[in-house]
Amino acid sequence: MMRTDSALIQRYTCSDRVNHWVVAITFILAALSGLALFDPIFFWLTNLFGGGPWTRIVHPYIGLLMFILFIGMALRFWSSNHLTAADRQWMKQWRDVIGKHEENLPQVGKYNAGQKYVFWILVITLPLLLLTGLIMWQPWFAPYFSIGLLRLATVVHALAAFCVIALIMVHIYAAIWVKGSVRAMTRGTVTAAWAKQHHAAWHNEISKGAK
Amino acid sequence: MALQSLDIKARSATTTPSPSVRETLKVAKLIDISTCIGCKACQVACMEWNDVRDKIGTNVGVYDNPPDLTEDSWTVMRFSEVEVQAGKLEWLIRKDGCMHCAEPGCLKACPSPGAIVQYSNGIVDFHEEHCIGCGYCITGCPFNIPRISKKDGKAYKCSLCSDRVAVGLEPACVKTCPTGAIVFGSKDDMIRHADLRIIDLKQRGYSNAGLYDPPGVGGTHVMYVLQHADMPEIYHGLPKNPTINPMVSLWKGIAKPLMSWGLGLVALAGFFHYVTVGPNEVKEEEET
Ligand code: HEM
Ligand code: SF4
Ligand code: SF4
Repeated sequence: MMRTDSALIQRYTCSDRVNHWVVAITFILAALSGLALFDPIFFWLTNLFGGGPWTRIVHPYIGLLMFILFIGMALRFWSSNHLTAADRQWMKQWRDVIGKHEENLPQVGKYNAGQKYVFWILVITLPLLLLTGLIMWQPWFAPYFSIGLLRLATVVHALAAFCVIALIMVHIYAAIWVKGSVRAMTRGTVTAAWAKQHHAAWHNEISKGAK
Repeated sequence: MALQSLDIKARSATTTPSPSVRETLKVAKLIDISTCIGCKACQVACMEWNDVRDKIGTNVGVYDNPPDLTEDSWTVMRFSEVEVQAGKLEWLIRKDGCMHCAEPGCLKACPSPGAIVQYSNGIVDFHEEHCIGCGYCITGCPFNIPRISKKDGKAYKCSLCSDRVAVGLEPACVKTCPTGAIVFGSKDDMIRHADLRIIDLKQRGYSNAGLYDPPGVGGTHVMYVLQHADMPEIYHGLPKNPTINPMVSLWKGIAKPLMSWGLGLVALAGFFHYVTVGPNEVKEEEET
């Protein structure tokens, strides 16, 4: 309906956007504070959090908050992220994706396969980060676990963190690269042309519904 | 325990050389379990010199008191009753505490620059004012030694009286031991001293007597003379071949550099993708 007067299509509601950005902010704070303790080349990041001890203290609370907020987002977007045969085809043609040859790709619904994988990798790794993070949490929980388990949890936490941070870097880049995407999450709307080009199947669906 | 030091061999989370113009003699503390009577004078001397007092606890049915190392008890006597030969009870008493590993797992794991230092004399010391309380030293230590204080969230352990050693004194526990079971000196001298003790023990029928200076952690600057060096585990679980755990090596040795560079590469890949392929713009603006 919006399409007729301003050629804008609603993609996210106000609460979708708020949910996304509170997760994004807490995620970035968790990532920066975690990285600060991961490798001395990132230790300077502790300055952002008021020094080493504060960084260590706040990181798990930020992580926990992020996880709770993420639950809301996971529930919201769960049903739009089912993988289909077309998605597998889309992934196979990753060269066309990064080379901007969208005309060769199968029609994309609300989310493309890349976006869906971002979703599912988060759904798997964030609970893993929570679980391993709780085990490592000094002074509350770590003393209750064996040192062998602490070692395993620490390695898994670091590995999972690496995966999600790299993943989110790709996610952020994709938003910057595909022009007209950022406004979907900042203002809630995208242009009809954007929808047609990047999410044709979704655009068709919306247009039919609007009539 | 910070004295200005010019003899730092390694410093946690630090990639440039530490002040190291001064080279000091490698020292060691030798604990002869066969002459220890379990009087705990060393525990008292440790508390007294370092001026920390543990809470009065409760008796848990064994002589170990307190039952475990704590942030205030940097050494604890461990009592084990074992029968190496059936019918011949032996009471093995091991003074537990930091081993001052030549390759310390705690230092390798610590993320805070300068919270753990290793002096060229071999002492591994915690500088609590730089400690952030993450507990990674516990994760890294093969001997389960560091403890985090509930009062200040800092990690504590035996300092081998680095403050005393720095001014030419022996550690407080060594000074107080009434039987001479704990001796202190250069590492070479302590190995020679141990050799004599081992010869004596062997003559008295302990054919497996030997020195505990585990090579898996590069040797230690606290060593034991064991009557049964073939079975260190019977001394309250002293590990037979302690090493920095493979999980810790994977974490700090492989994952850390690989993943940090990996994140840098992802960022660069994105940037150069944009510069080469250009933004993905909407081609035909819909003008209806
Ligand atoms: C889900 C809840 C989370 C909890 C409870 C948690 C807890 C912890 C704890 C206890 C530590 C040890 C340092 C400290 O005590 O501060 C830690 C380290 C770390 N965390 Fe988390 N965390 C969580 C989420 C995250 C997330 C979302 C990320 C990344 C985006 C992350 C990245 C890291 C990294 C990189 C480290 C350093 C690991 C290392 O030194 O090897 N964490 N986390
Ligand atoms: S608790 Fe302190 S000494 Fe131990 S690893 Fe963390 S910062 Fe280093
Ligand atoms: S025994 Fe543990 S705390 Fe002591 S130096 Fe070795 S690794 Fe560090």
